Amino acid sequence: MSKTIKAADAVARIPDGAVLMIGGFMGVGTPHRLIDELVRQKKTRLTVIANDTARPGVGIGKLISAGMVARVIASHIGTNPETQAQMIAGKIEVELVPQGTLIERVRAGGYGLGAVVTPTGVGTVVAEGKQTIELSGKLYLLEMPLRADFALVNARQADHIGNLAYALTARNFNPLIAMAADVVLAEPQEIVPVGVIPPDAVMTPSVVVTHIIAKE
Amino acid sequence: MDDKLLIASRVAKELHPGTLVNLGIGLPTLVAGLVPRDAQIFFQSENGIIGMQSIPEQGLEDDDLTDAGGRPISALPGAATFDSAMSFGLIRGGHLDVTVLGGLQVDRNGRLANWMVPGKMVPGMGGAMDLVTGARRVIVAMTHTAKGEHKIVDECTLPLTSARCVDLVVTEMAVLQPTPEGMVLKELAPGVSVAQVQAATGTRLIVPEHVPIMGAQ
Repeated sequence: MSKTIKAADAVARIPDGAVLMIGGFMGVGTPHRLIDELVRQKKTRLTVIANDTARPGVGIGKLISAGMVARVIASHIGTNPETQAQMIAGKIEVELVPQGTLIERVRAGGYGLGAVVTPTGVGTVVAEGKQTIELSGKLYLLEMPLRADFALVNARQADHIGNLAYALTARNFNPLIAMAADVVLAEPQEIVPVGVIPPDAVMTPSVVVTHIIAKE
Repeated sequence: MDDKLLIASRVAKELHPGTLVNLGIGLPTLVAGLVPRDAQIFFQSENGIIGMQSIPEQGLEDDDLTDAGGRPISALPGAATFDSAMSFGLIRGGHLDVTVLGGLQVDRNGRLANWMVPGKMVPGMGGAMDLVTGARRVIVAMTHTAKGEHKIVDECTLPLTSARCVDLVVTEMAVLQPTPEGMVLKELAPGVSVAQVQAATGTRLIVPEHVPIMGAQ
């Protein structure tokens, strides 16, 4: 059975209120066709877990501008004044997480770990309400894993069974979120025959990919 | 010389061949252009690359090759790209030799606040907390004061970036080293007196008998 489906059909599977992990760093490595389709289908009350909310009109910024997001878990929203405005207006709940902690929480969620134990954030406001633990004389924060209903992944290449390879700095969060969601939607720049991506170059194995988004 | 250029030039002298360096957005980014081309310093951008060059060769821009601000960059021969978990593993894991960051406040012992002004500016910490916590050496590059307000203070009033103390502070007036006893004046910018630096500083400076001119040694 082919995993390849149209963006419209893939996005139709996403209910209002879903928790989405979305790849990308300031829109680079973000699955833009899936984002555009989410906007077209007017999804609402989404939770977005991502590094940042890009800029208005770019990548995840489009979801923010369209008022589709109720909750954001990210490391940085400073480049998107609309996210800040909606946060101040009480329309979006924002949880700010140090970038290294955020990606490790995603990794823990995908790799079956019970928590992240990190020195980052000890002695700062990030530690408020969290457990600080001492190990071998050093202080660490206990940070909880993150998982999502859907991961929206951007890849350089997918083969027909769903093995993925990424490009340069567009890799960023993508291989990690591909491990941490119930349904993984992979939007490749190109789809190639099986075998074209050498085993050593596969960064996400096909078994975790639910659907490949067709070129239209 | 322009204040920012003066600061960045002094910071550039702190970077040594063969080291891995991460530059924060803004003033610190200027440092990359001020190290010699053959300095063999590896610049990391936390979105996932070692071996970046800030300005891409014309015609070689690639949509999938950018810095942490989303601007196009070039990858130098020998560059490596990786995912965000490895990028922060490099930062937190003790593999990053130096980070250069901007600052809103630094206290007398070197605690840094540089990520938010409650009620005014809440951009998020991005990678700053991991960088200050994990880098082997943390250098703060910032203007000495902000619109007349002291930035080097007895105690930060803004939320801290990390409990870890920074190693060096470079401003357009001076080079300062935070210590458990307080802020030590290490160098003076050309034409600046000890009294002027003290007046622009919100904590009592520790002033050695001889304070050299910035970058002169």
